[in-house]
Amino acid sequence: MYDLIIIGAGPAGITAAVYAARKKMQFLVLTQDIGGQAAWSADVENYTGYQLITGADLARRFEEHMRQYAIAVHEQEPVESVVAEGYRIVVRTARAAYETRTVIIASGKRSRELGVPGEKEFRNRGLTYCATCDGPLFAKKDVAVIGGGNSALDAALQLVRFCSRVYVINDAPRLGGDEIAQDKLLEAKNAQVFNNARVTGIEGDKFVKAVTMRQEGARRRLDVQGVFVEIGLLPNSGFAKEVGKNESGEIIVDCSNTTSVPGVFAAGDVTTVPEKQIIIAAGEGAKACLTAFRYLNQHRF
Amino acid sequence: MAHTVTVYSTPSCPYCIRAKQFLTDNKIEFTNYDVSADQAKADEMVEKSGQMGVPVLDIDGRIIVGFDKEKIKTSLGIA
Repeated sequence: MYDLIIIGAGPAGITAAVYAARKKMQFLVLTQDIGGQAAWSADVENYTGYQLITGADLARRFEEHMRQYAIAVHEQEPVESVVAEGYRIVVRTARAAYETRTVIIASGKRSRELGVPGEKEFRNRGLTYCATCDGPLFAKKDVAVIGGGNSALDAALQLVRFCSRVYVINDAPRLGGDEIAQDKLLEAKNAQVFNNARVTGIEGDKFVKAVTMRQEGARRRLDVQGVFVEIGLLPNSGFAKEVGKNESGEIIVDCSNTTSVPGVFAAGDVTTVPEKQIIIAAGEGAKACLTAFRYLNQHRF
Repeated sequence: MAHTVTVYSTPSCPYCIRAKQFLTDNKIEFTNYDVSADQAKADEMVEKSGQMGVPVLDIDGRIIVGFDKEKIKTSLGIA
């Protein structure tokens, strides 16, 4: 029986793990990967103590900090269910079932998919969800960025530096996101924005050759070799069937990271916490761990 | 036993950085190609793996797409 199982190893999960190690709790970290979305951020300029650090470097430092302690981290072991049976909580993965007194869900968010024909077929065959990773492979090619918020603008601004043409396909009447980023994109000579446009499909043979869309009733087809999907994020909360969630699937937490299920706490981007920031996720992870620690002491199992 | 390990990566991709770090930590020598700067190697990577996502690892001719630690360990015969 563990004191605590932490689900996820992004900024929230890793910080919770550091706090749990310092409290000498008996605990385990179950996660798909390490670093979470933070690792995919290009430049981070708002994490106190670092004027500028890449997301990959920050994630590496988080991991190094966690590895200072002898923490059991099971990578590539995503959680399939969390079921509370009285004061015993059972966390199941494809490999095993673990019993614990408390759980911190810090499983973050994943990229939302378009849900159009061709998306699955051409994934990694020209269609990608990570401009930071795969962008450079599309140098001197024509590409489309799907979306109109900050992540789409960020992707487009990376791509205009080395791609021939960058089309931004946005289903809203105008771009969202930061004004500074919008201005930069509109100034880029090789970028073209389509507003009120909805992607209808991805076409190609072995690799992507075109994206089709519908703009104000008219069908259009753009010849592109790359498609970057940046239409927001979905919380990884499907495995936690019993906890209360909002309409977006985010786990509802109070200011002490308590959920609707006793012993189950949650932290970071998977929750209803009002801002999704690396530094906020880290702070929430710390807070969730301290709440779990207090809960264990209060219940004297 | 010495393995022939090739990594196709981009400088900006976190899984590429982690894959290379993993090999270094395990004292595995490898040749890295930056496919954002080397078009011929980018083509070779696409040819070998049939896809365009990075990283791609070639371990003694076995192709691994992504930082799949378990597959990498199995291919290298490390615990």
